[in-house]
Amino acid sequence: MPSLLSIDALLIAACAWLAVGLAGLAAPRQARFVAATLFPAGAFVGLAVGGVGLFALGGDPQTAVLAIGLPELPFHLRLDSLAAVFALLLGFASAGISLYAAGYFRHQDAGGVPGLLCLQYHLFLASMLMVLLADDAYAFMVAWETMALASFFLVTTDHKHGEIRRAGFLYLLIAHVGALAILLAFGVMTGGSGDYRFAALRAQELSPFWASMAFLLALLGFGAKAGLVPLHVWLPEAHPAAPSPVSALMSGVMLKTAIYGLLRVSFDLAGTPLWWWGVVALAFGLVTAFFGVLNATVQSDMKRLLAWSSIENIGLLAVGIGLALLFHAYRMETLAALALTAVLYHCLAHAGFKSLLFLATGSVLHATKERSLGRLGGLIRRMPWVAWLALVGVIAGAGLPPLSGFVSEWLLLQAFLFSPGLPHAWLNMVVPVAAAVVVLVAALAGFAMVKFHGIVFLGQMREPALQEAHDAGPWEKTGLVWLAFLTLLLGVLPGSLILRLDAATRQLLGAGLAERMSEQGWWMLAPISPERASYEPLVFLGIILLSVWLGRGLVKRLYHGRLRRSPAWDCGYHFQGPRAQDTAEGFSQPIRRIFEPVFRMERHFPSIRDREPYYAVKVEDHFWYWLYVPIARLAARISALVASLQGGRIAVYLMYSFLTLILLILVARP
Amino acid sequence: MSVAGILGQLFALVLALLLAPLLTGWVNQCRAWLQNRSAPPLWQPYYTLHKLFNKDVVLADGASSLFRVAPFVVFGAMALACAIVPSLSTDLPFAPAADALALVGVFGLARLFISLAAMDVGTAFGSLGGRREMLVGFLAEPALLMVIFTVAMIANSTSVAAIVATLAHRDFVIYPSLAFAGVAFTMVSLAENARVPVDNPATHLELTMIHEAMILEYSGRHLALIEWAASLKLYAYSCLGLAFFFPWGIAERDNLLALAAAVPLLILKLAIGGFLLALIETVNAKMRIFRAPEFLGTAFMLAVLGLLVRLLLETRV
Amino acid sequence: MSDVPLSAQLINLCAAAILLLAFAMLAQRRVLQLIDLFALQGFALFLSTLIVAVKTGQTHLYFSAALTLALKVAVLPLILRRLVQRLHVKGEVEPLINIPTTMLVGIMLVVVAFNVALPIAQLSATITRGTLGIALATVMLAFLMMITRKKAITQVVGFLAMENGLFLAATSATYGMPMVVELGIALDVLIGVIILGVFFFQIRDQFDSLDIHHLERLKDH
Repeated sequence: MPSLLSIDALLIAACAWLAVGLAGLAAPRQARFVAATLFPAGAFVGLAVGGVGLFALGGDPQTAVLAIGLPELPFHLRLDSLAAVFALLLGFASAGISLYAAGYFRHQDAGGVPGLLCLQYHLFLASMLMVLLADDAYAFMVAWETMALASFFLVTTDHKHGEIRRAGFLYLLIAHVGALAILLAFGVMTGGSGDYRFAALRAQELSPFWASMAFLLALLGFGAKAGLVPLHVWLPEAHPAAPSPVSALMSGVMLKTAIYGLLRVSFDLAGTPLWWWGVVALAFGLVTAFFGVLNATVQSDMKRLLAWSSIENIGLLAVGIGLALLFHAYRMETLAALALTAVLYHCLAHAGFKSLLFLATGSVLHATKERSLGRLGGLIRRMPWVAWLALVGVIAGAGLPPLSGFVSEWLLLQAFLFSPGLPHAWLNMVVPVAAAVVVLVAALAGFAMVKFHGIVFLGQMREPALQEAHDAGPWEKTGLVWLAFLTLLLGVLPGSLILRLDAATRQLLGAGLAERMSEQGWWMLAPISPERASYEPLVFLGIILLSVWLGRGLVKRLYHGRLRRSPAWDCGYHFQGPRAQDTAEGFSQPIRRIFEPVFRMERHFPSIRDREPYYAVKVEDHFWYWLYVPIARLAARISALVASLQGGRIAVYLMYSFLTLILLILVARP
Repeated sequence: MSVAGILGQLFALVLALLLAPLLTGWVNQCRAWLQNRSAPPLWQPYYTLHKLFNKDVVLADGASSLFRVAPFVVFGAMALACAIVPSLSTDLPFAPAADALALVGVFGLARLFISLAAMDVGTAFGSLGGRREMLVGFLAEPALLMVIFTVAMIANSTSVAAIVATLAHRDFVIYPSLAFAGVAFTMVSLAENARVPVDNPATHLELTMIHEAMILEYSGRHLALIEWAASLKLYAYSCLGLAFFFPWGIAERDNLLALAAAVPLLILKLAIGGFLLALIETVNAKMRIFRAPEFLGTAFMLAVLGLLVRLLLETRV
Repeated sequence: MSDVPLSAQLINLCAAAILLLAFAMLAQRRVLQLIDLFALQGFALFLSTLIVAVKTGQTHLYFSAALTLALKVAVLPLILRRLVQRLHVKGEVEPLINIPTTMLVGIMLVVVAFNVALPIAQLSATITRGTLGIALATVMLAFLMMITRKKAITQVVGFLAMENGLFLAATSATYGMPMVVELGIALDVLIGVIILGVFFFQIRDQFDSLDIHHLERLKDH
């Protein structure tokens, strides 16, 4: 019996984060102090949280009650294996991001007041931890809203730009629509009992109709936070607006809290799922993934590109959840565990590589003051560290072996291979075909990632000013290396972690992969059996490294290692400047052409009469015009109607209040 | 994992490294015959490799470290691919390292590196080639995966060795879905190996080239490795096609006699396959670059259709 | 699967080939090659009918196999090819909706057809009942081709391919229709094509084109 329970350790960590944040207020303008002392301290706490999460995985659920908040309504807290997985994610990812932030916020030009930023940042971290620990709807909503507000202020750090204020407002709006839906979902799940503890929700027997309502509301609410289409529009606006460490935190960690919430409700609280829940999640996931990745390939702003890629990954996660729900609904628990493991693993993998990529854009942004892909290029020569570490993220993001993104994709596809066994005449034919969309999305993600890396880091520099760029500082490098290390570790040693994830799937489904996997070697990943499918990333990596090393050595020994430099071949046309390379728009032209109906495009083509011919293309989101603009118009119209009540005379206003009062008295009779 | 297994594995790998350029030479020779040209000698790819290894590397001024690493990674990836595709025997100790899904990942990894390397120097051709390669890749990869899905559902396994064991070493059964998968696989292989009608390995015309545009800046040993890797890729794809659709003759575990017979049989099958490839390349015309997505889209949908036929005809009868 | 007799496996293979060819016809851009594909489809149909005939030993199925061979592999493609030459139809197929989209719709139709045919197939006693779904899919794909192509000639090919699908359903699911019905259908098809051929000449004389777009004006006002 350890004297210190894991849940207590996590509560202490949350308090420590708050303390670090408050310490920022002590010296709000001293960027050096805030950056060099407080952020590393926060990183240290993050590391501890991650460690505790890893330790608590598989342990018995621990509960605690905090007598804060309203009287008679304390915070119920609980740490179980599912929460531990996400605490692990939060801790380890935020450790890297905080380390990076220690370097990033040192510079005054990062915008905002450093102390205030520090408070918001650490409040954000603490509230995410509390979301994971919450064991009643009240605590959950308080933490959830704190998280939304803290991240809103972080997004609008640079609030002097109208564009950023607009992004922040949009984010806040959708976050609140989502929060409302979540609140309603909890309300539905209580079944009118008035007991909002999760234990009570779990015990509540809901009719299929109300359970489905709860699920749909939760999907809406958490989907809004995670960025499921059509509630994704805030993501590509808010991520570029926020400072890079904040983007990394939001994309890498905060989106996962929404996934956590969705898992919590659909597998744990809402009771036994109906089969069509899985279909709904699967369908939304497929649309989101496909729409997200296509938009990622056509972006010209590097942070927007990554934001769209996050939408794609959220889509893939929803696909995995849908598949797990389907298997779960038909009581095929081992397969559900396989799909759910893929989801959890992808959460971890995405947290690692997407944070890494966002931080890399931060370094680029800091070194060049440039976000537009059209004015970057060739940075590998000035920033080799960032470029090579970003390559790690790029390979993982493209879902290629031997890094982390591939493992989860592989698990998901393995789960799909079992879907013909579903005992439903349509599903067992349609679901395998859905795998075709998943693999298409994965391949398109490779396109987007090559575009990102190739245009930012490779080629000739598109602007002369880029010659001045400098590599990341030591703090930044440490953060990047840590995240790259996690990405590599998750890619190369999946077996041991999946054995630990077993506890979480076992908690939700009563089945896991451990009993089958523990018989095999630790280097091997064979979720069902080695005859069925196996993947040994370590051997994989070893063979490639060995043949690279052998190849180099043998060629040098048998032949020679001579090398000389000369200008690139110019086909006899010596004006091959940086302008001759593909632009960001040029690179994605095939995608825009093939998938034309998916985009809303405005193009300007030069004609032969133009004195200054130029080509321009603007790609926009259909959903904005299909959904949001009509809603905004409707709202404006209704407000215009209501505005006619506004007469300007106080007597009239008083009369309104009076009439309302009378109406209430009449209506609200017992 | 036995000593014989490891020896067999190494033998298969060395055979792949040695035979791959020969296969390329054979295809070139057949093509020349079919097109009424006098053919280059069968050994020409070896001469070319030897010549290239002897030459100095001339590196473009702007080339970064990634440019220099990429050929080795591509070569390593292709060597790995050749090691895990059963060509002679299903007893491969390296095979559990990567199943068929991971095999697609190997090809994807090589593609990512070669495309990035193409963009590295920053010439117009390089980025054009990189973009087109990714264009071909993002359509070919899902099609290949769907082919693998179909085959894997037949064998109830994604391990290539297990698939071969199911198809070749059990009762003979006709799988109609394999007809779809076979057509789709052929189309994908043509695209992936930079063959007519998607790409033309023999041209340097900027309007049409894909693979050649990417490797324009490479020279000396780097170019040699890339050429060799391209041969290995053709060899790996051929062996994969043979393993899925004509697996008879690949030896079982611990069957030395069959292993001895497997070598000449493999060479025979590759020779026929190479001739058919040359035939396809001769009777077809190169497509416009924007027909390529349609071509690969067709392959993708055929593969999906194969999957559906598999689900309809072969699981519910 | 291995307990299924070889004949049934071969019929399944032929059915799959027919579906593959139906899909290839949907993807084909050139009119002459479209007709070649149609002839090939006819040949696959001939093979499957022949196998059923050998398997069941019903003589009238031999007749219908011979009829298929004569009509769908030899005569009809010949007529169509001559029509194309005589009418100077241009080589391209000219789709109304682009071809990849048509194929995507085609895939969905196949999924629908397979699932819709499943309960019906359960009623059938033959071992090759899986082919019923394929036959239905072939009919739907042919229908799709008729809908999405501009030229009259491609519509005729679509019509004939549809008939192929029906025929496949008849032979594989129920081991053939009565001879009278079969002969009647064969004759209908032949006459239909001839009448359509005559119509083509008339249409071309009238509008100087074979684009069915022009027929839209033939309504009452």
